[in-house]
Amino acid sequence: MTATERTDVLIVGSGFGGAITAYHLAAGGARVVVLERGPWLTSKDFEHNFKLGSSYTRIFDFVVGDGMSVLGGNCVGGGSVVFFAALPRAPGFVFERRGSIGRRMWPAAISRDTLEPWYDRVAESIEITKQGWEDVSYSGGLWAAACRHAGRTANPVPAAVDTGSCTNCNWMMAGCRFDAKQSLQTNYLPAALSHGAQIRPLHEVQHISKTEDGLYRVHYNLVDDEDYRVTTGNGVIDAKIVILAAGAGATPVILQRSAPTLGPMPHAVGRYFSGNGERLNTAVFDEDRVREVLGLSHGDGLAYAANQIGKGPTVANWDRLDGSLPEYTRYSLEQLYFPPGLGTILAQAADGDGLAWFGVKKKEMLERWRSWLIIFQMIEDDNEGVFGPPPATGNADRISQQMLGVGRLQYHPTANTLRAWGLADAEVKDILERDGLATVTPWTNDVVGAYTVHPLASCRIGDDPATSALSDEHELRGHPGIFVTDGSAVPGALTVNPAMTISALAERAVPAIVRAARERGIEVSYGAPAPDGSVGGRRGVAGLIPILPRV
Amino acid sequence: MRPQTSDGYTKRTMTLEAFSDTIIPGERRFPGDRAVAGAASGGGAVAAGAVQLLEWDATGVTAGLDDFAALLNEHARAYAGQSGLTLDDSVPEFVALSFEDRTELVRRLVAPGHPEKQIWISIALFANMAYDSAAHMDTAEAIASGHPGLTAMGFALPESDGLWRFRDYSYGRPLAALHPDTTPSGSPA
Repeated sequence: MTATERTDVLIVGSGFGGAITAYHLAAGGARVVVLERGPWLTSKDFEHNFKLGSSYTRIFDFVVGDGMSVLGGNCVGGGSVVFFAALPRAPGFVFERRGSIGRRMWPAAISRDTLEPWYDRVAESIEITKQGWEDVSYSGGLWAAACRHAGRTANPVPAAVDTGSCTNCNWMMAGCRFDAKQSLQTNYLPAALSHGAQIRPLHEVQHISKTEDGLYRVHYNLVDDEDYRVTTGNGVIDAKIVILAAGAGATPVILQRSAPTLGPMPHAVGRYFSGNGERLNTAVFDEDRVREVLGLSHGDGLAYAANQIGKGPTVANWDRLDGSLPEYTRYSLEQLYFPPGLGTILAQAADGDGLAWFGVKKKEMLERWRSWLIIFQMIEDDNEGVFGPPPATGNADRISQQMLGVGRLQYHPTANTLRAWGLADAEVKDILERDGLATVTPWTNDVVGAYTVHPLASCRIGDDPATSALSDEHELRGHPGIFVTDGSAVPGALTVNPAMTISALAERAVPAIVRAARERGIEVSYGAPAPDGSVGGRRGVAGLIPILPRV
Repeated sequence: MRPQTSDGYTKRTMTLEAFSDTIIPGERRFPGDRAVAGAASGGGAVAAGAVQLLEWDATGVTAGLDDFAALLNEHARAYAGQSGLTLDDSVPEFVALSFEDRTELVRRLVAPGHPEKQIWISIALFANMAYDSAAHMDTAEAIASGHPGLTAMGFALPESDGLWRFRDYSYGRPLAALHPDTTPSGSPA
């Protein structure tokens, strides 16, 4: 009989929540194994190609649910490889939200002020560019000019993009060919590897059980590297500490499936899911009006016609991020690019009195694709998502060999969410239809439900055991030694892109994980510098960490 | 793959073409083209390769295409019965519908609450993707060969190494006032 493999810390997922904890724990001396369900591709593998089977379809997953579909990373580096790299910090009022539970959703220990030193640690570890107007793409500039014309402000968005090497190709969702995007493959992950962490791609964790000697046993399937519908084997690893960071669309599913072997899960596992309040609008511009009303032109005398050019979101309107406004009326409006396919199918054309996502008018709309501007709304939703019983494996029944699957998430927007989307729709229309600039229509929710690229809160931190699955130190209630550090731990919608906040929370969770590891006899310490050796961030949090006893 | 001469295959292909043409319509490919209704100028989803994409097993829908086509024709027969239409029996029932009736039937099949919605949405998604992203072809080759969707949308040509780079990308000047509460990190307060 072969002995079961053992490690100190087993991490599920290699996105922000997995990579950050892997680095700190490995640097602190623990034996760390990271299981990642997706493939391990690097910049030379990232293709500019929409063909099924190219990097574009291999490295993310589109999981269709009932009322909500989720786009998430599926590769080593997780969301950081496929995301658009916007890394704003969340506005202060977000941490005071009550949502629908009648009390503050966030733990008392966390506010924007107390999270700030942890944001600083992330900012020292991931190269974030505070973009200037010279970095802003034509589409971002168009959004800014339209905001100004409508009496609004507009801000270039901080982003993890090296603007010197960026080619503005807008293929970010296929992975960055030019290493301009500062994904986790450029910072935390190589640092974790250099400290001995192991990363194993194409290992899809299914459930967790317990051994007789009190270890956690993590059960995984091996996934074929081309056809993800095919399982090529399976195995187990035992660990003293397990960190779940499989993403808010997968972490709760693994825990649900583990309930028969681990015992009952907290009520909030697989509940309170938030789509970060996301919704998209498409504006189709009248090029003449762009020139006449906004005074814009470029290149060969074109006013705009540059939808394809750029680097994802570069400019956002933050006028509604005002803590004095009531909850559910605050949101940001961000210029965004989505490539054809994912970015075109749900767009609706005005057709008679209604809207149509297919047919003659839609085709005419596509013929004006170069004059499109996509606006991304992030409102405060109501955490109304609930996961049904898990599928046989993974977090979805896979339909296509890659990318497309059907999951178990149910999301039926409440009146609060619908009203907030309505407010944001009306404001985008007000800004962009002024003086005949553009025609604006929302994406349909009738095809695959609402659509989020930032799933959150399905296994969240909090002070109230009835409405949160994790303590404020990210430990799963009733299951000591299991921690969750991905977007599922975030209590609710953030009104901005969440990667920076997910990362700051993961940084903040590490000292408690180190303490739990030491209590289990693992020789590990806290206090690694940033991946590049910088120590300013470590100094910034030193006073916040209780002195850890030596083993 | 079945031979082109098989009646079942021809019927299936025509039905899938007519469905795809309802999603992204195009001009008739030849005089007497029945599957493509000719509701729009230029090539549509069919000319873009919708059936080739659907017949590629990477999509996960290929094995069901016989059933989907038969089911769609059943729906078309029922629709014609309800609407008092007499269908030309020389072509599959869905193909025999006018473009307007095909559109109305598809609208019902993809509407929230229809029990088969997921099937018809998935076929529609791939028909769309054949047109707007040529998901069955290498993108650079698709553009070079004049793919009707990417060409109509004005998708730019890549550089000679097959990669896209845009040297001109910015108006390069301030275009709005910043939010007054912006923090030193460039984030909202």
